[in-house]
Amino acid sequence: MTNSVWNKVGTVVGALLILVWCLLPVAWIISLSFKSQEAVTNGSPGFFPKSGGGAGWSNYKDVITDDQFGRAIINSIGISLIATILSVIFATLAAYAIARLEFKGKRFVLTTALVIAMFPVVSLVGPLFDMWRTLGIYDTWLGLIIPYMSFTLPLAIWTLSAFFREIPWEMEQAAQVDGATSWQAFRKVIVPLAAPGVFTAAILTFFFAWNDFVFGISLTSTENARPIPAALSFFVGADPFNRPASLLAAGAVVATVPVVVLVLFFQRKIVAGLTAGAVKG
Amino acid sequence: MASIEMKNIVKKYGDGFPAVNDVSIDVADGEFMILVGPSGCGKSTLLRMIVGLEDITSGDLVIGGKRVNDLAPRERNLSMVFQNYALYPHLTVYENIAFPLRLAKAPEKEVDEKVRAASKTLDLDEHLERKPANLSGGQRQRVAMGRAIVRDAQAFLFDEPLSNLDAKLRGQMRTEIARLQKQLGITTVYVTHDQTEAMTLGDRVAVMKRGVLQQLASPRELYEQPVNLFVAGFIGSPPMNFLPATVEDGQVTLPFGTFPLPAAKSEKTAGRGLLLAGIRPEHFEDATVLDPAAVDQARTFTAHIDVREWLGDQQYAYIPYDAEAQVQDQLKELAREADSDSLRTQLVVSLDAQSTGGENDEATLFIDTDQMHLFDPSTGENLTLNA
Repeated sequence: MTNSVWNKVGTVVGALLILVWCLLPVAWIISLSFKSQEAVTNGSPGFFPKSGGGAGWSNYKDVITDDQFGRAIINSIGISLIATILSVIFATLAAYAIARLEFKGKRFVLTTALVIAMFPVVSLVGPLFDMWRTLGIYDTWLGLIIPYMSFTLPLAIWTLSAFFREIPWEMEQAAQVDGATSWQAFRKVIVPLAAPGVFTAAILTFFFAWNDFVFGISLTSTENARPIPAALSFFVGADPFNRPASLLAAGAVVATVPVVVLVLFFQRKIVAGLTAGAVKG
Repeated sequence: MASIEMKNIVKKYGDGFPAVNDVSIDVADGEFMILVGPSGCGKSTLLRMIVGLEDITSGDLVIGGKRVNDLAPRERNLSMVFQNYALYPHLTVYENIAFPLRLAKAPEKEVDEKVRAASKTLDLDEHLERKPANLSGGQRQRVAMGRAIVRDAQAFLFDEPLSNLDAKLRGQMRTEIARLQKQLGITTVYVTHDQTEAMTLGDRVAVMKRGVLQQLASPRELYEQPVNLFVAGFIGSPPMNFLPATVEDGQVTLPFGTFPLPAAKSEKTAGRGLLLAGIRPEHFEDATVLDPAAVDQARTFTAHIDVREWLGDQQYAYIPYDAEAQVQDQLKELAREADSDSLRTQLVVSLDAQSTGGENDEATLFIDTDQMHLFDPSTGENLTLNA
């Protein structure tokens, strides 16, 4: 056999190994979510449920009809979306200023943003808990949106300012000569061109908010604002010593679906080379 | 359409360096004005000050009788073609051209009419629905021009619009721009470092060096009556030859011999010691191809031709010579200012295509001293201007 054939075989084998490594836990959770509670408790090590051990869609029905879980889904979607939108808007404006303007304290803003990103989240939970209770936003959406937004802003600013720097100055100047105000030039030329960056920042922000557990469990006490990761940990069945593993698995799958959908949706938007053809390369 | 008046325009950057220093140019209504000079001479800066992308440190910029120093670019109603075109990659060709009209909130019908008219003028009809990324360099260039002509701007500004095109396309687009400007009769300011563009396109040409306007004249005048060494060396290809010279008793002494000089020129230059003589390659000729009766024997000399470049319709011959260190330094400095390298002191002469000779030949050359200019080597001033 020739080298190129071996290369191909090697690539396929390698890709399969990585896929199995990454997807095995996911596959296992899905398998678990289709088993009945008894089958799990009795020990049913097979990937496919043994005859009589399958639960069909009943776990999913139970999860979705569960009030607590339904609230958690709404909380998670709402809080994550609002935090993402706010974070992206602020980051876009800040990154544009950083990429385009010369102002005093520019380096300071950038380093501060990095420092915030490096700060361990756990060390801030205590103070936040105290502050939020005093301010009366403990266990509210706002109480979660603010930390999510602040912790994702640095990354979003850094990502976006890199994108803005790639956009040639001339685009904006051309727009201004064509009769645009600075704001129009920004909105009609710069933002559309930075769209891949905006979506990248949006996805990263959304993931952070969606997957967060520390804030979710510490800054909420009821289903008023409790997001999915925290709700899952409170998900106990009738018997506290015998947690409903298959129900939890179904809940985990349901919590994953929006993220997968979102990635598939935004992936089309994150196309490289959108600026191709603007200027002579 | 409007005239553009620049009065004592100065641009200083933060470090106090004047990128443009006290430049005054009047561009008449409908005139095609060229700003030319080596890189870093301030020509682009000047253009960007006209359009409003750079602040003016001092001086007045008057467009159509109105002082516009403090107006934003969008309030000046000028259109500009950028060096790298600056097309909007997320919009189709149609929307790119329509962009200024959309910003002006023109009604849909008017937008469509004007865009179609512009695309017809520029032969872009079949590309209207494509994105800039799928266009060739020449097509992108035309889209950029379409965006400029689609609205009734007071003037067109071009910032080296052809420098990204290959040589053949550049020639075509040059003609196209000249035709378009004649057709629309609109005031145009065009920045270039290419002297062919400068000479062929402009009604008048402003030559700049290090932020200072050197000469503002028609292309013919620049070529025939350069005011100083820099203009003389910058305009013309191959460039003007500069030779050390002394003038005495109506005779000029060059490294190749002593020749009679017209009285008007010798009067102005006699007894001034060492000068620089500037003479263009085409003012030499192979004496053997000329009518022997017409050749003034006193203005011929024999020289050893180092290399001949035969181009079909003419040929260039290179004749090396030795010059004093002082003159050599002066010539090196001159070449550096004009963005070119001179490796050795040599004479470039343009000969008739019929002139023949081997690679190591001696030729008898005729020198037309009527066309010679004499420059003061220290100030660079042309001492024989209009003489």
